[in-house]
Amino acid sequence: MGVLSDDLRARAEELASRYPVRRSALLPLLYLVQAEQGHVTDEGMHEVAELLDLTTAEVEAVATFYTMFKKAPAGRWLVSVCTNVSCALAGAREVYDRAVADAGEGSREVTTDGLFTVEEVECLGACDQAPVVQVNYCSYARVDPDAVGELIEALRRGEVPEPVAGPKPVEHAATARILAGLGDERG
Amino acid sequence: MAEFEPVITARWGIEGADTIDGYLEHGGYTALRTALDTDPADLIETVKASGLRGRGGAGFPTGMKWDFIPKGGDAPVYVVVNADEGEPGTFKDRELMERDPHQLLEGIAITAHAVGCRTAYIYMRGEFLFAARQIERAIAEAYDRGYLGRGAAGTDVDIDIVMHRGAGAYICGEETALLDSLEGRRGQPRLRPPFPAVEGLYRSPTVINNVETIATVPHIVERGAEWYSSLGTEKSTGTKIFCLSGRVARPGNYEAPMGTPARVVIDELAGGVPDGKRVKAWTPGGSSTPFLTDEHLDTPLDFESVQAAGSLLGTGAVIVLDETDCVVEAALRFTQFYAHESCGKCTPCREGTWWLTKILRRLEHGGGRLDDLTAMQDIGDNMLFKNFCALGDGAVSPIHSSLKYFRDEYVEHVRVGGCPMEERPVVTAAEAREAGTTGVVELGEVLR
Ligand SMILES: Cc1cc2nc3c(=O)[nH]c(=O)nc-3n(C[C@H](O)[C@H](O)[C@H](O)COP(=O)(O)O)c2cc1C
Ligand code: FES
Repeated sequence: MGVLSDDLRARAEELASRYPVRRSALLPLLYLVQAEQGHVTDEGMHEVAELLDLTTAEVEAVATFYTMFKKAPAGRWLVSVCTNVSCALAGAREVYDRAVADAGEGSREVTTDGLFTVEEVECLGACDQAPVVQVNYCSYARVDPDAVGELIEALRRGEVPEPVAGPKPVEHAATARILAGLGDERG
Repeated sequence: MAEFEPVITARWGIEGADTIDGYLEHGGYTALRTALDTDPADLIETVKASGLRGRGGAGFPTGMKWDFIPKGGDAPVYVVVNADEGEPGTFKDRELMERDPHQLLEGIAITAHAVGCRTAYIYMRGEFLFAARQIERAIAEAYDRGYLGRGAAGTDVDIDIVMHRGAGAYICGEETALLDSLEGRRGQPRLRPPFPAVEGLYRSPTVINNVETIATVPHIVERGAEWYSSLGTEKSTGTKIFCLSGRVARPGNYEAPMGTPARVVIDELAGGVPDGKRVKAWTPGGSSTPFLTDEHLDTPLDFESVQAAGSLLGTGAVIVLDETDCVVEAALRFTQFYAHESCGKCTPCREGTWWLTKILRRLEHGGGRLDDLTAMQDIGDNMLFKNFCALGDGAVSPIHSSLKYFRDEYVEHVRVGGCPMEERPVVTAAEAREAGTTGVVELGEVLR
């Protein structure tokens, strides 16, 4: 059984054809695997290697280099808290601690209910909005500890708060589809 | 500040200027028509004459970079836009793309014509989901209206733009690591020479420019080199977006002429330090540029003056610390960043950032010794200019500059056995950052 459906294989071909050298589609295809499986799995990497005529080792070397490829299952909502200096000055440390605590048991990997992964990240290029928190790469501005608590509560209730700009985040796997370059069809 | 008319941020306040109709209504794509009717060599001359220098950090003359592209060769020429913005404190490219995506596309199309490129790539930082959405939509609109694709803007010039997303790695902003990443590899810098202008993407001649640089190009084409070079200073012409963050009342992006004094930018544009506190330390251009102090606030923010003051203009990212903030802790947090983002290829950078983190951690949290200060200075010396790329040099900036200006504060940390600041930033951060460099840890995983 393949990881990618026939349809996705066709989309993968389409992605590869955007570049004069197929290997350039490696990052997009790893996102595609993440979209299908929630994280970048061994079978997924193996399949991508086949599609691009690479060795599995070559694909693994790339997949493990980049932080946005998750090598283990991630929560439906990836909560990324920037703790670099401008955000730290605005209290990001407490925001991170609160997010870890409120998301619940196991939140640094994935919570037992599968809802959340909380991670500490580097400068998100939005330091004027410090402290910045992203949920599946959609930014929330000036998030204090209570605000991150509310954000997590809302997501738990199935409500998705409006980010600072652009449409609301979609789930982590669906986000990977956008990141693969298959188009951003959010409202 | 004297009256000043913004250039590349002029459309930021205009509702709908991010759509093609709004853009056209406000003067969009007229420069492209002019450019496509102009001989490429003349375009390069114009950009040279404008004095435009790269806004990605290094300030290399843009026209000269374009001119390095061999003419009339068989290999395709590529234009790659660096939209990987990750330098701590920097957030101008993101806002440029979110608010005025067509300005960037127009700049790319002009650049492509100037250097004889048929396909241009935008390397977009993966985490910039909204900026990417704006750019993707703008690209679709521009194709739809015939400004891109076959016979762009009704001429016989073909221009394609492909957006490509990164996946979370600061190093991919370094131009040769970016190329490796775009080719589907780990983002690790290449040995130079050959320079990208000769052997870049797919070993073809390649121009790599920052988003802000390219966004400026349409304005130069439209209003002329003379107009542009009349702004700013003689050697640092034009305007610059300054990214103000940290201890200022109104953090944000502010466009101002090159050479605007730091004091004006911090006090007048960003509203100064809140609660009447004093500026203690600030970076002129992000974490990779040496800290300056309140004694340097009259420094004009242009490439030459900032360098004369002992730092670098970098990306124009002004991060302000006030008198209650702990410089040691800020240096620690920046160093954790470099340790995490070092790709691991070069030993001085990989090992140096790791050891610096250890030392700074014990200085900040207890157990630091006086000879740690000498060790930090030495490690920095052993990292500077000894790596394939400048990430390692950037990592030394907060170290050497904090030792230079705030030695007493370090000594005080040693004396009290930890941080003496009463009201200090909570930068203690970073269990995740403990993991060491991406290179080392991940390579270990691969080899396992
Ligand atoms: C570690 C490192 C990270 C960099 N990150 C970026 C970046 O995110 N964006 C950027 O435009 N330039 C970045 N640069 C500079 C690029 O290597 C390159 O000089 C620049 O993109 C050239 O464009 P310009 O001439 O228009 O400035 C980085 C350099 C280094 C050493
Ligand atoms: S420091 Fe947090 S967004 Fe830049």
